[in-house]
Amino acid sequence: MSQSAAVTNDLPEVIEEASFLRDTMRGFRKNRMAMVGLVFVCLLVFLAIFAPIISPHDPYRVALDEQLLPASTTYWLGTDNFGRDVLTRILYGARISLVVGTVPSLISLLIGTFMGILSGYMGGKTDFVIMRLADTMIAFPSLLLAMVVMYTLGANLFNIFIALALVGWAGVARVVRSQTLALKEKEFIEAARANGTSRVRIMFSHIFPNVTPTLIVLFSLSIPEAIMWESSLSFLGVGVQPPEASWGLLVAKGKEYLFQAPLVAIMPGVAILMTVLAFNFIGDGLRDALDPSMKD
Amino acid sequence: MANPSGNVLSVRELRTEFRGGRGNVRVLDDISFDVGRGRIVGLVGESGSGKSMTALSLMGLVPKPQGQVSAKSINLDGIELASISPDGLRQIRGRDMAMVFQEPMTSLNPVRKVWEQVGEPLRIHQGLGRRAIRDRVLEMFELVGIPEPKARLDAYPHQLSGGLRQRAMIAMGLICEPKLLIADEPTTALDVTTQAQILRLMQELRDRVGTSIIMITHDLGIIAEMCDEVNVMYAGQIVEQANVFDLFENPSHPYTRGLLASIPKSTESRIARRMPSIPGMVPNLARLPSGCRFRPRCTDAMAICQTREPAVTDLEKDHRARCWLHARQDAISQGEPL
Amino acid sequence: MLMFTVRRILVSIPVLIGITAILFVMLNVVPGDPIALLMKEHASPDVIERVRAQMHLDDPLITRYFRFLFAALQGDLGTSIKLNRSVTTLIMNAFPNTLYLAGCAALVSWVIGIPAGILSAVRRDSFVDHFFMGFSLLGVSMPIFWSALLMQYIFAVQLKWLPVAGFYGFEYVILPAIVLGWSSAGVIARLTRSSLLEVMRHDYIRTARAKGAREISVISRHALKNALIPVVTIMAIQVASLLSGAVITEAIFGIPGVGRISINAIQARDMPLLQGSVLFATVLVILGNLVADILYSVLDPRIRSQMRKDAR
Repeated sequence: MSQSAAVTNDLPEVIEEASFLRDTMRGFRKNRMAMVGLVFVCLLVFLAIFAPIISPHDPYRVALDEQLLPASTTYWLGTDNFGRDVLTRILYGARISLVVGTVPSLISLLIGTFMGILSGYMGGKTDFVIMRLADTMIAFPSLLLAMVVMYTLGANLFNIFIALALVGWAGVARVVRSQTLALKEKEFIEAARANGTSRVRIMFSHIFPNVTPTLIVLFSLSIPEAIMWESSLSFLGVGVQPPEASWGLLVAKGKEYLFQAPLVAIMPGVAILMTVLAFNFIGDGLRDALDPSMKD
Repeated sequence: MANPSGNVLSVRELRTEFRGGRGNVRVLDDISFDVGRGRIVGLVGESGSGKSMTALSLMGLVPKPQGQVSAKSINLDGIELASISPDGLRQIRGRDMAMVFQEPMTSLNPVRKVWEQVGEPLRIHQGLGRRAIRDRVLEMFELVGIPEPKARLDAYPHQLSGGLRQRAMIAMGLICEPKLLIADEPTTALDVTTQAQILRLMQELRDRVGTSIIMITHDLGIIAEMCDEVNVMYAGQIVEQANVFDLFENPSHPYTRGLLASIPKSTESRIARRMPSIPGMVPNLARLPSGCRFRPRCTDAMAICQTREPAVTDLEKDHRARCWLHARQDAISQGEPL
Repeated sequence: MLMFTVRRILVSIPVLIGITAILFVMLNVVPGDPIALLMKEHASPDVIERVRAQMHLDDPLITRYFRFLFAALQGDLGTSIKLNRSVTTLIMNAFPNTLYLAGCAALVSWVIGIPAGILSAVRRDSFVDHFFMGFSLLGVSMPIFWSALLMQYIFAVQLKWLPVAGFYGFEYVILPAIVLGWSSAGVIARLTRSSLLEVMRHDYIRTARAKGAREISVISRHALKNALIPVVTIMAIQVASLLSGAVITEAIFGIPGVGRISINAIQARDMPLLQGSVLFATVLVILGNLVADILYSVLDPRIRSQMRKDAR
């Protein structure tokens, strides 16, 4: 099939940056599911930011005379066991999920990139130590590791950041390392080295820009994962604590009333599902557009 | 010219198109040629000229559904392949018509033993059992000159050298004694000494087994050494067709002349061998120039070459070219091979 | 083969030491003295002092770590503060239940995931493909605790086909196994599909077609074995995600397994029990990775002979 490849893949070897960006945008926009995901996430961000303005209800106000009401025009998804509006609590939960999705992912990306480039470029002992460390972190079942961190540091939002960053950096480091190893052999790196460019400079102004497409993809795919971990931790009671409204926590509290008011437990789960799906669509779209070689 | 009795294969007006996002691309256009019984016929041209695509089109191996093959006639020893069902063509593949690919490493399945792969056509087409297949593969290994053939039966592809792998591929191609063997750059991936051995082997086998061979190559040296007839391909068309002596003695198409001029003298280095001396590049088939496809690179281009596609012109018996230089004013031949 | 296995085990040792060290440090710098927690306010200071000495809590961290490590090597993971029983015994009693659940879940994920992946690849871009891929995307995007609740609500509460929770027989493990298996099935289906599609692009597939092989034989004889190599290895690696998922599934369905032990340990702030159960789960993950590597080499003759060369 070499002939067909020669015919259809007549892409120039070097793609200028501007057209690279444009191609990426075009590729992404053509992906219908990714666009749907993007619209959903934008909507969610908007709703989360303006939740106090949008919702007429107070997410923390306890009204014991309005417990577990069914869905109505006042309470679109009914009320929970404290008489709080379920939809409003879900909107406030979106704030936590969005923050938890992005902040720890950014931290683990930062650490993982630094470690990965260092490990791949320096090689030798540095590589060995970093990779054994990464192996060790990856060997922990992620949820249990996060649980141990929460146990030690205490259950609150900030510690969730630490726990998830600790769980996530090693995977990033592995991917970045293997890309760095491949880049190291490329002519332009050889040339930079021959020019006497310092190692630090090569690592951060030559290798780093070339791994950024991968990083963007990794970032977008680690957001839904972080949202899942946070909601799981909160569900188990070692994450966000009441009365805060994390989706996982809402499901956990709602499950006590599954028979009387199923919406209380089900709807926050729907919110998780839709948000995770939306981010996965965006991530897949970005991956296909930015770096087809990473596909699957 | 078409003489079914003397030809194992006779192709007329083969066209292959690829459907793409930006419309269809015709990668093969109006391919017509014959392969005589027991003859070795060359397809030569730069990469992207459509040589391999011709082979894949004949074999029915063009990737579907993007690729679409059509032909007025593809006659393989009396069987009309242009109108045969996909399953009918499948039964012919490997039995009457076999193919040897360029990369013997990637063309063999890394996780299956060599004898299973070489003997598979027997299982498919003759329904032989394992014992019988093993015995037959052993014979074939001896025939294609694999040393210690018994020990190699149970080897995996990566345990064989490139030359041995290609011998195994040839054994696989010939195991059902096909009428036609298509060899797609069979020696390109091999080193020079091994190349010579494989080529000699193919000639010997042709003489002994009587299989006709289509030899696809970009190397005119191989053409001169191996082939009886030659088809020169450019941008999806056959631009010149001749027997090997005529082609080298009297090249008529400017492209053929350019190719011949690019053969390095023995004094030149190996690097020079890789450098094409025809300026310019093979055109993108999706954006062909107007008129003659070779015009932008042609040193002899005339006004008419700009506007009209050249027709095929008979120069002498069995020697044709697709070029305005040779066209007679009155006659533009039609329906002739090429 | 043996050489490779031995070497592969040797490589795991630093990882194991790293894991125990990280775990130990994380759990033993915990603010809030476990003894004080245990004894509440009732104990007199000298009693606390005596128990502290018994548990060697005043020794330097490094000494305690090595004591812990050597004890763990001999199968002694300490004593549960809350239950006052050997952690090893507690875990060993619970492990068969986790193994049963994880085994059933793995079976569910293979039986659904692999055929779904193959069909999707063969009928690429068809309705079947979109259906299975949508289904598996749903599987990996649904939080387990939520799909578990949903299943409980539909199949146990509403339809009353299966028990809600508990662990008294096969019917009790069906729902949890499906919940836990579904998410892995999604991963396996996607991997099988992409791996098969990737393999189908290889030259040797064209060779098989050139021999006149039927399409079904091209897939079953030539593509599948190659395509399933990464799938089989991921199945072994998935031990980790099954264990993480088992923590939640066991909690919801009330299955007395290792996962529930670790949750109970956190809630009771029972450090030795938490330490033991996490360590145990992590060792299982490392074993899973080990099995994956060995399987990989068994299945792929190229790696096998590379290993033989290395061993020499």
